[in-house]
Amino acid sequence: MTRILPAGERAFLVDLDSEADVLAFTEALTRNTPVGVEDFLPAARTVLVTCTPAADLTYVRKCLNDLEQTNSAATTDEHSETDALTIAVRYDGPDLDDVTQSLGMSRSEVVAAHTGAMWRCAFIGFAPGFAYLTSNDTRLHVPRRTQSRTSVPAGSVALAAGYSAVYPRASPGGWQIIGSTDTVMWDLNATPPATVQPGGRVRFVNEEQR
Amino acid sequence: MNGLEILETGPLSLIQDLGRIGHLRSGVGVSGAADRRSLGLGNRLVGNDESAAGIEVLLGGLSLRSRHSSTIAFTGAPAQAYRDGIPVGHASVISLRPGQTVHLDYAPSGLRTYLTVRGGIVVPSVLGSRSTDTMSGIGPAPLEPGVVLPIGPSPIAFSPVDLAPVPPMTNETLDLRVVFGPRADRFTNPETLVQGRWEVSSDSDRIGARLGRVGTDELLRRTDDTELPTEGVALGSIQVPPSGQPVVFLADHPITGGYPVVGVVADADIDRLGQARPGQHIRFVAA
Repeated sequence: MTRILPAGERAFLVDLDSEADVLAFTEALTRNTPVGVEDFLPAARTVLVTCTPAADLTYVRKCLNDLEQTNSAATTDEHSETDALTIAVRYDGPDLDDVTQSLGMSRSEVVAAHTGAMWRCAFIGFAPGFAYLTSNDTRLHVPRRTQSRTSVPAGSVALAAGYSAVYPRASPGGWQIIGSTDTVMWDLNATPPATVQPGGRVRFVNEEQR
Repeated sequence: MNGLEILETGPLSLIQDLGRIGHLRSGVGVSGAADRRSLGLGNRLVGNDESAAGIEVLLGGLSLRSRHSSTIAFTGAPAQAYRDGIPVGHASVISLRPGQTVHLDYAPSGLRTYLTVRGGIVVPSVLGSRSTDTMSGIGPAPLEPGVVLPIGPSPIAFSPVDLAPVPPMTNETLDLRVVFGPRADRFTNPETLVQGRWEVSSDSDRIGARLGRVGTDELLRRTDDTELPTEGVALGSIQVPPSGQPVVFLADHPITGGYPVVGVVADADIDRLGQARPGQHIRFVAA
C-alpha cells in the first residue's frame, strides 16, 4: 500500500511497494506533473517529490494520491528492450581476476553474465551521474574492495553490493573494476547531464565481440 | 575588465544564487545560498531579482575593489563593513565609485554574510545556476584574491529603500520548527528530538549541521540499526545515523541517503540554521 509521507514543508516522500511501482509512478508523474511540483527523485522503493515555495501542498498531495490510484492498475512496462542504452565495455579491469575468484566463475562466465543481463538504474547516488544499476541476475554480487582507491578513472565499469555502475567522472571509489568504456556518462553541457537516469535501462556489450 | 576585484576572501567566500533546480534525476542537488532569505533581501536592496548571484562570505574577512561605479549591500550575519576604511551600515545600500574598496570584518553573530551587487555577479552559469556546490564540485571555484567578478547590466528597478530593518542575529539558543517524518516510526521515541537542547558541532558545513547533545540530554534511539533502501532526502532533513547524533541537511546535502529521517526543519527555519555557529544551542519545536 502506498503511503504519502510528509518530508517537511516543501516535500513528500511517496513510499511504494516495489521497484516496478516506483517506475510506474515515476512515469505517471512525468506525464502529469502537478502544478507546484519543483522536481522529483525516484529511488529503490520511494519517490521524493519537492515543491516550489508557493505550492499548494494539499493540492499536490491530492494529485499524488490520484496519480498513484489510477496508476496502480496499469503496471505494464512501457519500456521495450530497444530503449536500452548500449555500453561497449573492454573487460580488462584491475579487479576482474579478484571478482572471478570470489565468485568461483571463469572470466568468460563473468563477462557473459554482465553482458547477458538487462540492467536498470534503480537510483542515482554517490556522485552526480553515478547510476546504481540492478538486474535480475544475482550471480554477480560481490562486496566492495577492502581498500578503496583514491582515484578511479571516468568510464570505469564496476561491481559492488549487488549493483553495477560506470564511474561518470574520475573520483575516489571502492567498487571492483571489471572493465572500461568510452561511453560518456556525464556531460554538463547536455540536457540532462546524466546519460542514465532513474528507471533507465542499460545493456553492456563486449567490445571485443563487436 | 570592469567588475569586482577580490583582494581577500576570509576563510571561505563562494558565489551563490538560489540554486540549481530540476536536476535531481541526474544526481545534482540544488545547492544555493545557505540562508536564502538574506541573499534575497540583499538582492531586493540593490534592485535585483531575488535569484541573482551574490557572494556568501563565511564568518567575514572579505575585501574587494570596485573597478567601476557599483551599488552593493551586505545582509545576513551582521559583520561590520568599511568603505575605504569608513564604517557603512548593514543591510543598507552602499555606492562605490571606481577604485573604492570595501572590507568586511568578522561577524559577531551569525555565520554567513551576503554581498549582493546591482546587476548581479554574472560568471558563467552551470545547469542554470552560478552556485558553488561544495559537495559535487559543480559551479564556480571558491573565490581567491585576484579574481575579477563580472557584473551584469543594471536592472530597470531601483533600490526600493536605503536600509532594511532586520532582526538582530542571536548567539543564544535557536528555536527551530520541525515537521516529524518521513521516518519518525523508525525511532523508539521520536519526541526525544523536541526535548532538551542540541549543540551545533564544529565539523558542520554547507553540507550539513552536525548536532551533539547538551549535557546529559538523551540521544535519539532507532528501533533497529538496519539501513533503509536508499531514498531521496529533502533539504532540512534531520538524518540519524546509528550513533544517534543527527545531521541536518543544508544547501549542499547529498540527495539520497540510507539513514532514517526523524523530521524535517520548517522551510524558513532552514535559513536560520544556516546562520548557526559551531557551539550554538538549538531547540527543536514541533510545527
